Amino acid sequence: MQKPVPQNTKDIQPGNSPAGISSGDKWREWCDRHAGSFFIAPAVTLILIFAIFPTIYSMVFALSRVRFTGDGLKFRYVGFRNFAKQFFGSSEMHFLGRTEPVSILGMIIFAVIVVTVLWWLYRSWKTATWVRMLGRSISAAMAIFLGWILCASLLSGNSIGTLYTTLFYVLFGCAVQFAIGTGLAFLCSQPIRGRNFFRVLFFIPLMVTPLGVGFAMRMIADVTKGPFEPILGLLGLQDWVWSASPWSARFVMVICDSWQWIPFIFICMLAALENVPRDHVEAAQVDGASSFHIFRDVTWPQVVPVAVTVLLIRAIEAFKIMDLPNIMTGGGPGSSTESMTLHSVYVWRANDLGSSAAIAYLLLILTVVVCASFFNYVVLSQIRKA
Amino acid sequence: MKDVIVKFDPQNRSLMERLFEPPAIGKMAPFTKVVVYSFLAIWSFFVLFPIYWVIITSFKDAAAVNQGPNFIPFIDFQPTLDAWRINFTADPYCDIASIARQIYLLAHNSVIFVLSPFVSLQPMEPQICKIYLAFTNSVVISIISTIFCVAVGSMAAYALARIQYKPKFGNIMIFVLLILAVTLMTTYSGIPWWMSSAVALALFFFLARSIGRHFKMSLGNGDILFWMISQRILPPIVVVVPLYVMFQAVGLLDTHLALILLYAVANLPIVVWLMHDFFANLPIELEESAQLDGATRFGIFWEIVMPLTRPGLAATTLLILVLNWNEYLFAVFLATVKVQTMPIMVAAKNTGEKGVLWWEMCAVTVVMIIPVIIMSILLTRFISKGVLLGAVKG
Repeated sequence: MQKPVPQNTKDIQPGNSPAGISSGDKWREWCDRHAGSFFIAPAVTLILIFAIFPTIYSMVFALSRVRFTGDGLKFRYVGFRNFAKQFFGSSEMHFLGRTEPVSILGMIIFAVIVVTVLWWLYRSWKTATWVRMLGRSISAAMAIFLGWILCASLLSGNSIGTLYTTLFYVLFGCAVQFAIGTGLAFLCSQPIRGRNFFRVLFFIPLMVTPLGVGFAMRMIADVTKGPFEPILGLLGLQDWVWSASPWSARFVMVICDSWQWIPFIFICMLAALENVPRDHVEAAQVDGASSFHIFRDVTWPQVVPVAVTVLLIRAIEAFKIMDLPNIMTGGGPGSSTESMTLHSVYVWRANDLGSSAAIAYLLLILTVVVCASFFNYVVLSQIRKA
Repeated sequence: MKDVIVKFDPQNRSLMERLFEPPAIGKMAPFTKVVVYSFLAIWSFFVLFPIYWVIITSFKDAAAVNQGPNFIPFIDFQPTLDAWRINFTADPYCDIASIARQIYLLAHNSVIFVLSPFVSLQPMEPQICKIYLAFTNSVVISIISTIFCVAVGSMAAYALARIQYKPKFGNIMIFVLLILAVTLMTTYSGIPWWMSSAVALALFFFLARSIGRHFKMSLGNGDILFWMISQRILPPIVVVVPLYVMFQAVGLLDTHLALILLYAVANLPIVVWLMHDFFANLPIELEESAQLDGATRFGIFWEIVMPLTRPGLAATTLLILVLNWNEYLFAVFLATVKVQTMPIMVAAKNTGEKGVLWWEMCAVTVVMIIPVIIMSILLTRFISKGVLLGAVKG
């Protein structure tokens, strides 16, 4: 079949069909020429309207004192007072924790942190471009700030605020979930029977609604009516209440959060482990290597890129934790299990919309800096190595 | 691969080595087998126990819950259907006639739900058979939102994988500044939002046409992709209050449309990220030959590319469906009466004065979990084929 030959060579462009010359196809041709815009416009518009615009609008909230009046909200510009309140003002205890008497140990560790961070910054001084240097300075500033709060609150024996509670959920939670999830994935990648059964079974918790998980865990962790009551009785811990002390409450949060999120690590790592070529492992087995050696030297190096990416995704989601502490303890005892999201919600309920938006913004900054640092210094280097 | 140095002496093996020695390649030693299976069994118990506890609690009455732990139905406690009856039939309005009317209203409203800001819905007396209303709302919202999200997201992902974009950096800055100006104008000086945004949009096109052509620095496809995916970092708490005000201003509060749009946007980064990987891995020759045959971009996308990525598409759809089904934060802020979803029904059982009505709540949770378990079984089949692995590898 002969194709119509285009008379005008201008019509032949990438993404433009030479066949669309006939008069009836004007509309079709026009659509096709602008296909690039049509394809991407809906997504960009949606993100602009429902993500970018509210984020900017939220800044207006954070910079204002907001009052409810008869005809809607009234904004009054107050500058950065809402942010300053979190660091120096009335909410300092709530957000940062008690930072007052700093112990000698805290001072020493803070000095070590500062020297390490500055050394790292100095070493990259010669090679990096200015954009990269800017990024590194931001990471370094965040590291020094977080290090200071850590040393002044936790390492000096003081209580910690919602900032470090959130970081505890993220760091400790990710570590626990990653260790157990990878271990399970390794067990399931062995030649065992019923692998698909286990795969489905272990995957289910991830899919249960977080709210339902929160309530189920609250039922189960109940020390008088829950299933652990007989066990606690046997151990002689009838009077022990996990929700009475800050740290046991935080650990219970992490355990319950792990129930839901280990499956995520598990399923991704299992897929990665199964993707490791079988013959590499078998060759090592023929050579008589033990399974520990095979895992460390053959399998692990091949799954590291997946592992760090999965950790990154998990960390991003972990910063948003809210349902579990809200349902299980209501943020208590005191405010010791409140994550930053929950802190923001409670402040919002107290009708202080400005501070609520400010805390949400601080969470956004924290998440972006921590995740971007992890992505740039860990994930990218691992992916490049692979 | 590093060299693995292991001393292997078949004659003098320790007891540990004998126990853990595999009989053949690709098999496990009996002792290893015991260890592995016992770990798996412990974990299965850990996974299943909370679900089991929720299910049996839904068959308890108040007394059986409050007495203390009762583990096994018919032995420790007498199971009843009270909780299910209260939720699903015992409501005074839940006789057959009103359920039928309810279903009719739901069908009617689901058809015109998109028009809900413009066409008034039939009043749905929210105190009647709340659970059916919520269930239908959840189904309608999550399915439509998923389809919408996957369609928009995969279009964008395909475009980013195949078409070169060069947005000017300066234009983007102009746009952001204009958004900022609109926001400040609307909040502090009380200009109506539609007026300021129309002016800003016109101004943007004017500036982009006039000044825009002089900008040099432009971004590439990788930057756009990164920008879209990075939206997932945004904590929902940052945007939910402004969104509330925004939807109130345009009269979309408490409508299906608001939740559908929001859920779609919240999950758009996942769709773009997963689908981009599938599209980028397709052989480009097929599309090139189709283009030579005179197919349009849309034709290629719809008839060649989409069928080729069917497994990935299905897996992504299932994942988004589950996420939408479970969404709570947006729903609790933006859906007050008419479009309550299932998670809100679960939370509603936590009444202030009577404490948590555990048995009723568990019944609702079981109803929520069942479809999710079916979906996750389907989803694991895709994942076990390595369908979603490529994207994780970065």
